[in-house]
Amino acid sequence: MGKYIGESVLRKEDPRLVTGEAKYLEDIQLSGMVHAVVKRSDYAHAKIKNIDTSEAEKVPGVIGVWTGKDFEDVNPMPCAWQAGGVDNNANTPRVLEIDKVTFTGQGVAVVVAEDRNIAEDASSKIVVDYEELPTVVSAEEAIKPGAPQLHENAPNNICMEWECGNQEGTEKALGEADVVVKEQLVNQRLIPSSMEPRGAIADYQPATEEFTVWMTSQAPHVHRLLATAFVFGIPETKMRVIAAHVGGGFGCKIFLYPEYCLVAALARKIERPVKWMETRSENFASTTHGRDHVTQIEVGAKNDGTINSLKVTTVANLGGTLSTIAPGIPTTLYGRLLSGTYKFPNIYCGVKGVYTNTGMVDAYRGAGRPEATYVVERALDLVANKLGMDVLDVRRKNFIQTNQFPYLPADGITKGLTYDSGDYEKPLNKALQMFNYGNFREEQKRARDEGKYLGVGFSTYIEACGVAPSAWIGVGGEGWGAGLWESANIRVHLTGKVVVTTGSSPHGQGTETTMAQIAADELGIPYEDVEVKYNDTLGTPFGYGTYGSRSAAVGGAALFNAVQKVKQKAVRIGAHMLEASPDDVVFEDGKVSVKGSPDQAKTIQEIAGAAALGYSLPEGDEPFLDETAYFDPPNTTWPFGTHICVVEVEKDTGSVMVKKYLAVDDVGNVVNPMIVDGQIHGGIAQGVAQALWESGEYNESGQLVSGSMMDYAIPRTDCLPSFELDRTVTPSPTNPLGVKGVGETGTIASTPAVVNAVMDALSPFGVTHLDMPLTSQKIWNAIQS
Amino acid sequence: MIPPSFEYLTPSNISDAVALLQKHGDEAKILAGGHSLIPAMRLRLAEPGYLIDISGIGGLDYIQEESGQLRIGAMTCEAALEESEIVQSKYPLLLDTAKMIADPSVRNMATVGGNLAHGDPANDHPATMLALRASVVAEGPNGTREIKIDDFFPDFFTTALAEDEILTEIRIPSPPSASGGAYLKIERKVGDYAAAAVACQLNIDSSGSIENIGLGLTNVGSTPIRASSAEELLKGKKPDENMLAEAGRLAAADSEPMEDLRGSAEYKRALVNELTQRAIKLSLQRAEGSR
Repeated sequence: MGKYIGESVLRKEDPRLVTGEAKYLEDIQLSGMVHAVVKRSDYAHAKIKNIDTSEAEKVPGVIGVWTGKDFEDVNPMPCAWQAGGVDNNANTPRVLEIDKVTFTGQGVAVVVAEDRNIAEDASSKIVVDYEELPTVVSAEEAIKPGAPQLHENAPNNICMEWECGNQEGTEKALGEADVVVKEQLVNQRLIPSSMEPRGAIADYQPATEEFTVWMTSQAPHVHRLLATAFVFGIPETKMRVIAAHVGGGFGCKIFLYPEYCLVAALARKIERPVKWMETRSENFASTTHGRDHVTQIEVGAKNDGTINSLKVTTVANLGGTLSTIAPGIPTTLYGRLLSGTYKFPNIYCGVKGVYTNTGMVDAYRGAGRPEATYVVERALDLVANKLGMDVLDVRRKNFIQTNQFPYLPADGITKGLTYDSGDYEKPLNKALQMFNYGNFREEQKRARDEGKYLGVGFSTYIEACGVAPSAWIGVGGEGWGAGLWESANIRVHLTGKVVVTTGSSPHGQGTETTMAQIAADELGIPYEDVEVKYNDTLGTPFGYGTYGSRSAAVGGAALFNAVQKVKQKAVRIGAHMLEASPDDVVFEDGKVSVKGSPDQAKTIQEIAGAAALGYSLPEGDEPFLDETAYFDPPNTTWPFGTHICVVEVEKDTGSVMVKKYLAVDDVGNVVNPMIVDGQIHGGIAQGVAQALWESGEYNESGQLVSGSMMDYAIPRTDCLPSFELDRTVTPSPTNPLGVKGVGETGTIASTPAVVNAVMDALSPFGVTHLDMPLTSQKIWNAIQS
Repeated sequence: MIPPSFEYLTPSNISDAVALLQKHGDEAKILAGGHSLIPAMRLRLAEPGYLIDISGIGGLDYIQEESGQLRIGAMTCEAALEESEIVQSKYPLLLDTAKMIADPSVRNMATVGGNLAHGDPANDHPATMLALRASVVAEGPNGTREIKIDDFFPDFFTTALAEDEILTEIRIPSPPSASGGAYLKIERKVGDYAAAAVACQLNIDSSGSIENIGLGLTNVGSTPIRASSAEELLKGKKPDENMLAEAGRLAAADSEPMEDLRGSAEYKRALVNELTQRAIKLSLQRAEGSR
């Protein structure tokens, strides 16, 4: 490729980030701005009988106190992914709840005051009279007869039922298998914990009825669309959404939250700018959570290790109300990935999405795909165990072979999407060059004799990234309420300097850098000459935002196509300047030159100048180099790879030490290796964290007991070894860059590798499965029994 | 969250600070490093009306060994313990503990005195000081008094300090030759409270038998706990594996853990058992090494 793509150029974002100049939402101060604090429910399930705001209103500096009844004219948040026939607007949160609450931390009132401290003090003086209702926090309990009912329109608390694959065929195949492994796998609730919590600021101009709303957002265009067209019922054009700098999201900032709309409603009411910034405690309780599946698996295999059937039934906890795309996560993004890298001939997946008195569950880094990968990669190990086979032999036995691509997974589970390319042995073999498996097994044996318990775990995963073809995922397809294409605009100014605007909305990924690398290479100009602008609905083309490892594979492809359009026009103008026919010139290295006469050339800067001045243009061409492209991918991309984890388990305390972690990933072409490695590092850390430490826990009355950084065990650097990374490169045929996306790879792949390693270490004790997180206590208990 | 409003007071000497305590009674709290009190205030678990910041009072930040005692000023930060040559050379238990308290940025602010005066059985120094048989100095309106560490933690989150007293110094008997100590902790991650931790301090005679031993347990009861039955068992003995195992069992029996996110009571007792044995072994090795 060119001069920049494939190079670890330093990130354009970093100077302002590392010097602290970057302005995050909390840094923004508007003239006349006032502060909102949300009063939240202390109960997980209760009717709101009365709210007494009188004492709060008396606090000096308080501008007003409002409850849900004051916002009856504001619609509930929309649910934008109607998987499994979920009705739109069904059981979603309101800006403030009016009649009842279904989880602790739901907003029931709001104080607006001249400063944040006053608002916080006044909020503690609001008295809410609740009638407590019985609670249920486990999805499995919630669907049992007699369980407390959360919503009248959801009998047995079932939000939706969804299935894919062939139930009958799979059950028949299970009957024909030599061995069948059954296991319950719990994928516990996680709390995203981005470094910056959520916040929003709204400003309202009464004369024009226009809002400007700053919010912590991964998808400002989508937030604007949902807030205007669905919540306020106003023209989309009457709101500008700005995402400012966003300090991480991991998915939790994709969603339209009640508070984002509440500040807008307040700003309109009091005609002053209103800021709301949540505390870490609110972030734990009221921001969306991830995962929370209880899954029964049945895997059928022949004695030689060939798997002939996988049957999966999952109960997915969606929380007390539905978040923006909650129903799509345990369905499309989960069930459709259950073939992994394997040619399972029979697959069935049935999912129930369930309401419980817990915080809302929605996409969290990987979103459905980590849960699927966990099921598949654990299933492979369980089968190997049952048959007494090596875990790698079982994997190799079942891998889709290179001559089978494009591969369509069995039983229509991908609903027509094919794995376009792959070579699953390749990263495995490369990883095994880095890790001597034979030596390890000997070392493991010796160590066991000395009372030390080592284990190795593999994950030879696949994921679907660069989501997704609009027609496939959209209404009429998978129920996603819009498209999933991306956009980019590129303008080459008179001076030859370039501004790219993108509908993607990065919040830590380094997309500003990678987009600039793509534009600079394709135009043949210095990287420094490209500015990339984003995160503001004013001045960027519509885009669906940054999540699903899609900003390079979909947004980057849109930019690539926009640059091609600019180049085509530059060729016409350059040829005109050279008094040649467009057919007789070529665009190379930032120059248009006459074929065979490289000296007869015009640089892109000269051409941009001529285009911008417009003194002499080819007939029919408009001035200026300014092009926009929209890219709708024909398929998702299919990254794959091998992760290997080595652990040591201490018998007397149950402690697990991660001794070694290797990853060989195939994410297609790589734009910036440093950024890609960084994404993999962070992803692995999050995936290992799920395996060993993190768990969002509610007690029976629906109180979040893991609601602080002291109680929710996010790992720190000393918990993890240095990761050894390498790559194989199988370019994706899905987009012109050949990239696949990498944001979620580490999280998707690593969790089962770690769990498989711990189970391997525990095999002398006859332990074959324990649920995550694999805390020292859990392991100690298993060893004791 | 944001704490409720409070009055912030900055006395320049101990007697002024004591006078402020006398004036405001139980509405006042002493602010040292702030790494326990401020989080509690932010969560509105503590709502003092008056915060008396003693960080401006000079002369409370020192580590000195004199007349058979190590004296640590109450405002000495944990990082200073880690860096102290005297601690590094003669007090391995203190060094272990300082290194294991939270993380470096916390240790730059958090103080030894605050770690004790907060009365939290999950803090690390209480067990350490039990093992070291330390005492603390409290200053009040009628001057100073010395309180034995065994008398300092009468109840859950309660200390022997009177409402108008301030902890000013910690006194640790200088270890005889052939002494060793160790602090071992199981935590989910750095910065978490211990699931359980054990502090051991001992010295041995020329035959290798234990002359004196102190064992303190962290976060396995409503107060810091002295594992006295294990201490009695080991005193005067040269323990073999069986005796160490028995000491572990006794220490576990002396603990009174509660179930929480960090583990069940049974699991925490198992940790006390194992960590006690390891801490004694490591202390014995260190004692041998210091001959």
